[in-house]
Order: sequence, then structure tokens, then C-alpha cells
Amino acid sequence: MDLFEYQGKQYFSRYGIAVSPGDIADTVEEAVAVAERVGYPVVIKAQVKVGGRGKAGGVQLASTSEEVKFHAGNILGLDIKGHIVHRVWVERSSDIAKEYYVSFTLDRPNKVHLGMLSAQGGVEIEVVAEENPDAISFLSIDPLRGLDLAAARKWVDEAQLDEVAQEQAAQLLVKLYECYTKGDCDLAEINPLILTPENTVHALDAKVTLDENASFRHPEWEEFRATETEDPREKMAKEKGLNYIGLDGTVGIIANGAGLAMSTLDVVNQVGGTAANFLDIGGGANADVMASALEVINADPKVKAIFVNIFGGITRVDEVAKGVLEALQRVSISSPIVLRLDGTNAVEGRAILAPHESDTLITEPTMLEAARRAVALANA
Amino acid sequence: MAIFVDKNTKVIVQGLTGGQGRFHGLRNRDYGTKIVGGVTPGKGGENVEGIPVYNSVKEAVAATGATASFIVVPPKFAPAAIMEAAEGGITFIVCITEGIPAHDEAVTYNRLVEEFPGVRLLGPNCPGIITPGQCNIGITSGDIALPGGPVGIVSRSGTLTYQALHELSKQGIGQTTCVGIGGDPVPGTNFIDCLAAFEADPETKAVMMIGEIGGSEEERAAEWIKTNMTKPVVSYIAGGTAPAGRKMGHAGAIISGSKGTAQAKMDALAAAGVHVCLNPTEAGEKMVEIVRGL
Repeated sequence: MDLFEYQGKQYFSRYGIAVSPGDIADTVEEAVAVAERVGYPVVIKAQVKVGGRGKAGGVQLASTSEEVKFHAGNILGLDIKGHIVHRVWVERSSDIAKEYYVSFTLDRPNKVHLGMLSAQGGVEIEVVAEENPDAISFLSIDPLRGLDLAAARKWVDEAQLDEVAQEQAAQLLVKLYECYTKGDCDLAEINPLILTPENTVHALDAKVTLDENASFRHPEWEEFRATETEDPREKMAKEKGLNYIGLDGTVGIIANGAGLAMSTLDVVNQVGGTAANFLDIGGGANADVMASALEVINADPKVKAIFVNIFGGITRVDEVAKGVLEALQRVSISSPIVLRLDGTNAVEGRAILAPHESDTLITEPTMLEAARRAVALANA
Repeated sequence: MAIFVDKNTKVIVQGLTGGQGRFHGLRNRDYGTKIVGGVTPGKGGENVEGIPVYNSVKEAVAATGATASFIVVPPKFAPAAIMEAAEGGITFIVCITEGIPAHDEAVTYNRLVEEFPGVRLLGPNCPGIITPGQCNIGITSGDIALPGGPVGIVSRSGTLTYQALHELSKQGIGQTTCVGIGGDPVPGTNFIDCLAAFEADPETKAVMMIGEIGGSEEERAAEWIKTNMTKPVVSYIAGGTAPAGRKMGHAGAIISGSKGTAQAKMDALAAAGVHVCLNPTEAGEKMVEIVRGL
């Protein structure tokens, strides 16, 4: 789950990482109130989960309440690459002497954590990696040992952070690593981490991705969920606990397992169709999950045919079949459903559906044939 | 011959008394797997349809001589279960649990490597392993596998593993062993481990490798294949048309180097001499053609 900048900053604060004083505002009046509280000049920043907001006019400096009204008024409601701004973050403006970059993430191939630190922050780190790779100091961190202050001190020196910034930066890195591990982040990134003319170091931005598998031990993540997605289809799927990503095509996809779901998208595409979504009902899905999945797909007006592609393992095909019938009773499904059922209890599953087969409930023996049928129906 | 497990492998099931553990444990036994015990703390002395249940892995190993464990417990308890298996003397651990936090996986993997270098973990979040006709540990439906070889299968995706088995079996092409390594961030066993084992197994004549987008395991496997693999490899990478990953930010993209796209993986594999196919059916057909030409 990706966090908004303000949520990332609030998350950082929990771990004692210094950020600029500020608060969120959903209206012009609230923005003025925050500005009065934190003191001028302030920066007003659009809260969207997409890059390039500065270029789109989503970040503005304001020195008076009149300027706050003007800029907040413009930014709220702004469309940044299809993301409408509903909320701004208003914080005290910081003078910047130097901009650094730091992040922690998992180094998958080496199965350790990877820290990246650079004295050249404030620009896209991909560009630095491309043009001047030596400017990034990489640190492999053994998950069993973590990052202590001594190692962090050595690291900031290696990365050639300014002398006056080093001790504060080292302490901040230890806290950020703690936020990354104890806070169960897939990614914790600060760009830029700044040094002010007064020689203080703090985070000016926050990019945090949380590992949803760890949500069982983070009740505090509940508040992030409410703002997670704006796509109404994704919201509905989320409420039903489904792994769903909305797309623009006409064939609704339901599959079990992320691999098979991706493969289903591939095959639909190869036979001339377009997928309306990615939906993985996961392992061990029962009738209720299947019924919910069909409801979510049914709510998408672009869908013209539904392709249910199940290869039972931990998921039992008879449960899937029951779910399909249950969904048909619960809601009126407006598109024809093409099913391909194999694997655990497939014989039982097919037998359950057999008496109900019709022009709108079709089974096909293979994945390719089912894809062709669904695409033909969607394109008809 | 087979890799990792065969007809002599004795298996215990951690979580046998739970709903999933019972269903799949019994199903594995019905397949012919030597399921010799179960482990559930506090339920020692009970039995599940004749399979004795022990309080700890240590007790179970002492009583049965098991060397493999099948872990079917919720994500919260899985890391401890994995460590308990290793500490109890198990050398081959299959963990199917889905939803373990990545940080827990990283810690568990590194503890295993450091404290129990001889122990192999398969998974987590994988379908398990099947040596057709001999041993099935996990959630794969045994009836879709065909004994006798000559194809070895290794896959990152659960359901695509079944698809691969199915595509070959229906054409009469058997499998030596089929390994589902799982798609989690920190898999205990990776492509290269399996490719090396298949290369060394005289009965395996060709290998089917199923990958997916994200990470760089396929690229690393391609490098390994180029210099070490003499047997033909057929591959399919899922996700060529999937939406761009929304999971990882900038830092992740840099580490993976090639950004983990299906195209980058397919290019790397093709450059290593692998037969790259565009969907599971095509991969199955290609493999049939290769096996018939052997």
C-alpha cells in the first residue's frame, strides 16, 4: 500500500524522524488555519500518489494568508495526470543548504536489506543512478543484525554528506531503518533529506510503501485504508477483500493465483481481446469469495464478457462452482460467463454447473478455448 | 531419480489438525506420500485418521525418522514453525503459507542459512513439490501429474505450475519432479537451485521453467543456464500484458536492474538459448515437440 506524502510524514514522526511542522487541509479555510499555526512562509503541496506534481503546479510557496487562499484554491481540485487533488499538506517552508537522498528496500536477489544514500538528492534517483552511479553509496544490511549508529556514521561519511550534517543524518538513518523494519515498509524513501542553513537535518518529503501482509500487527494502518484508492471498482473489491486492479478493457477476468491471473490477461490479449481488470481470488477461495468477485466485475459497465479461469490447488473447484451459482442468485449478472475449470475437485465442480449451462453460462475445456470464447462474446 | 523428494521421503505435517492441514495432509497421504506424523502443540497423542500427532517437531522426528516437513499454518506463526522444523532436525521444509510479511521472511531465511546451512526451505507461498507417483508435499492435485519423466518443472507461480503439469500430462509426457518455488520476495529455494538439481539428475532430460514479472530471478537464472545447463529449457513468463507493478517505488526498480519486465526476462532467457513461449499452452506444445525429438 502506497502512502500519501502526509501519511508518510506522519508515519516517520512515529519513529522520531524530523519533518517540517505542518498539517493537512481539505479546504482553503483549513489551509489558512494551518499556515497561521505553523508560521509563514509555508509550502502548499498537493497530495496525490503520482510523480510530477511540482511541474503540474501542485507545489506552491505562500507568504501571506491571501497567498495561501489563492494557491490552495488553485491546487484543491487540480487534475494531476488523472489524479484529482482533494487534500493538501501545508508546512513551514524550509531554507535549503543541501539536498540528500536516502532509502531502504529489500534487495531480493541477495535476500538482505539495501540502503541507498546520496549527497545528490532532490532529483530523481534513477537519473543519478544512470548518470553518476558513484554518487550513490549502497549499504547491504543483514536483517539479523540491522543498522547500528556506528555503521550509520561510517555510511554517511562514505556517502560524503557534509561534515555538519553527518551526526544528525546518521541518527536519522538509524530511525528510518527502524521505521522500515518495525514499520513493515517495502520502501521507505526520503528525497530530499535536507540540511538547512542553520545546520539541522530533516525530511522534506516522504515516500512509503507498506507491506500489506504485515497489516495484522499494525492496527494503526486502518486510517490509511480509507484513502487508499479512488477507483470505485477497486474500493468495492477492497471492501470484499479481493486482489483487484482495474483496467480499461471489456473482458472481466477472475482467476486463482496471481500467476494464472496474469497469464489469463496475456492469453486474452493474444487472442485479440482486452482485459477489464486483474482479479486474483487467491488460494483457498470459497463460494462466498467467488460470488463477491463476480459482483465486483458485474459492477464495471465496460465489461461485456466474464472469463473465470480456475486451476484448483488449495482452491476447490466445487466451491468455485457453488460460488458462481450463488452469485447468479444474489445479483443479476449482466454479461455472459465463460468458465474454464481444472484441478482439485474439478469433476465435482463441472457436475455442479452442468445443469445450469446456457448461452450466458458456458464452460470450455481449455484456457485458450475459453479465452477465445470470452473474447468473441465481448467483441460481438 | 527425482530431485529433493522421492518415495522414501518421510514427511510430517505442521498444522495437520487444522482445516487446510488435514485436507492436504490426507490428500498427500492418499497419493502415496509417506506422511508419518503431524505436529500441533498441545495435541500430542491425538491422531488424524491414523496419522499420529506430536506436540513438537523434535518429538515427531524422534518417533518417526521424518526428514521433510509440510508447513500449513497461518502467516503469523509460519516463521516460528519453519525455525522449529530446522531445529527439530528436518532438512527439507515446504511452507505453503501465503501472506507472511516480507521482513519476517528475510529474517527467517537468513537465520536458516546461518544456523542450519544444510536445510532447504521451499516457499513460502508456494504450491509445494511433487515427484509424480512417489511423493507429493503441498497442495498440487496429484492426478494432474504423470510419473516417469523426462521433464522437470520449476515455477514461481502456483496455479501456473498446475497448468504446466496439465499441459504435459494430457499429451502423455511425464515429469520427474515439479517444484513450485513461490512468488514471495524471499523464496527459500530459487530457480538456479532447481535448475542445478535437474541438470544433475540423469532422468530429467528437459526442463520447463515458468517465471513471472518482477524481481530479477529469471535474469539470474538465464545467466546460469548460459554457462551451466546442457539440457533444453522451455520457458513462459507470465505478465507480459499485466498492468505495470504498483507495488514498488523507485528504489526497487533500480535494484532489479532491468526493471523486472516480462520482455527483459524473455530477452535474457532467449539469449541463453532457452525456448521462450508466449503462453502456457504454447510452452507445453514446445516441450512435447522437444521430448518427442529426444
